Amino acid sequence: MTIEAKYGVPTVAVHTDKFDKVVRSVAEVSGMPDLAQVFVPQPIMGKTAAQLRAYVDGKDPISGRPVMQEVIEGLTLPRSRGVASEYDRSTPRLVEPDTEDNLHRLFLERNWTDKLPIVLPTEERVAAMLARTRRKPDEVVGRMRSTHFREYWEYTVEKVAVNAVMAGARPEYFPVILALAATGVTARGSSSSAVAAMAVVNGPIRREIGMNAGTGAMGPYSHANATIGRAYGLLSQNGQGGSVPGLSYMGNQGNNYAYNSVTFAENEERSPWEPFHVQHGLAAGDSAVSVFSGVRSTAFTLGLREKHWREHVRHLLRGMDPHGPPALLLDPIAARQFVDRGGFGKKDALIDWLHDTARMRAGEYWDYQLIQNYIYPRATFGEEPWASKLRAAPDEEIPMFRREDIHVIVVGGETNGYWRIMGCTYGKTESVDAWR
Amino acid sequence: MIVLDPTGYPPKIAAKPLAARLDTLNGRTVYLVDCRFDDSDVFLKQMQAWFAEHMPSVQTVFKPISSVYLVDDPKTWEEIKARGHAAILGVGH
Repeated sequence: MTIEAKYGVPTVAVHTDKFDKVVRSVAEVSGMPDLAQVFVPQPIMGKTAAQLRAYVDGKDPISGRPVMQEVIEGLTLPRSRGVASEYDRSTPRLVEPDTEDNLHRLFLERNWTDKLPIVLPTEERVAAMLARTRRKPDEVVGRMRSTHFREYWEYTVEKVAVNAVMAGARPEYFPVILALAATGVTARGSSSSAVAAMAVVNGPIRREIGMNAGTGAMGPYSHANATIGRAYGLLSQNGQGGSVPGLSYMGNQGNNYAYNSVTFAENEERSPWEPFHVQHGLAAGDSAVSVFSGVRSTAFTLGLREKHWREHVRHLLRGMDPHGPPALLLDPIAARQFVDRGGFGKKDALIDWLHDTARMRAGEYWDYQLIQNYIYPRATFGEEPWASKLRAAPDEEIPMFRREDIHVIVVGGETNGYWRIMGCTYGKTESVDAWR
Repeated sequence: MIVLDPTGYPPKIAAKPLAARLDTLNGRTVYLVDCRFDDSDVFLKQMQAWFAEHMPSVQTVFKPISSVYLVDDPKTWEEIKARGHAAILGVGH
């Protein structure tokens, strides 16, 4: 769209057919509804040159017309139907009054829920939520979008409260939910890789509102953990203007983690290391929430065996996609084993070791599809550390991840030393106290 | 029963003009811009071959973007503006 609108070059965009609704929608909200768009079958990935030539010679599966005819016409025939130079799309404060049953049906039909029952956000319930922050209802908390190409929508304190009520959250949780909203990191990314978010709460707020950092912390056994995470998801999908399959959500398989965005408290009291929020610049007495995106993959094992623990951890790391860096979620038993076995008195020492341990042959690394899609172009553009990795011989063992993308969090109730690795990307740590 | 609307506030939509279309592609240079996702390069080279076979008067340039599709690429857009007449971008997924 930039090359067409800003540089004045007539352009045709070619997409796969699964994305017809989403790309037309993006063109519409970008003020270019007449943008020339041509479609070919999905997938492109893994097809031979001959198969892709057949796409070129074939028909657009959406319009039924020859692909190349549409391409040529898109560059040569007038397209603009004329649209208003600017128009508003305001959203109302209130929904049209109706019965309770009809409103529940309406919220479902408008895709405002996660398809589980919600609490209807009456003015009384929303007011109770708003009473737990000194911030004004009309203050803008942040903005989100489901993907890079979409426009940002913004939301106020009141809009966050509405979604918090819908999720079943108690008013005392509200500052945590506001802090999540303030990160601007969506829990409803539309990536075709079907991502979820993860949220980690630190500091005194954990105890004040009864968050669980121990047995069952990651669900579904804590009201605070469950509903704070659910509120984060609902706020994301509604605050950003939707998360609808085929239109504003393209995750191919969906992601069960998205129901409450893997929301839990760190078990600071039983951790041998400093809390996660302290690693990111806050004081131990501060309350904070940290968010991760791109949560897709999980690996797990039990404890660290004396003889081969290094190999076991290496193989767990090696099983991750190199485009999904590891966040280790360690039960306190496993955390102490890393201290005892490896001598990792500080998290930083463990992260150094993980970075050095997670390696694969350069040739194999560069052949991963997501590395080809997202890292290889940056490497060829000279961006480090990938440009240096690109110079490695195919058989040279290179790090799978950047050190700064590896994280360690302690959670669990010590019923055993199970631990897991989540493949995900750290986004931001936000103060909860600022939203009380 | 009265309840509140949970949706955020969208930005205003500002219309952007499309570029003037060409009267013909004959003798013109068309850039085939590879967004470097999945196997879009293989696809666009097949489209380039189609032009060579069916419209040899059209000059085509295969041009990968400089980085990933998430990053704006003014250097490439300026090159196309200076040296080309039209662009085909692909493949969106």
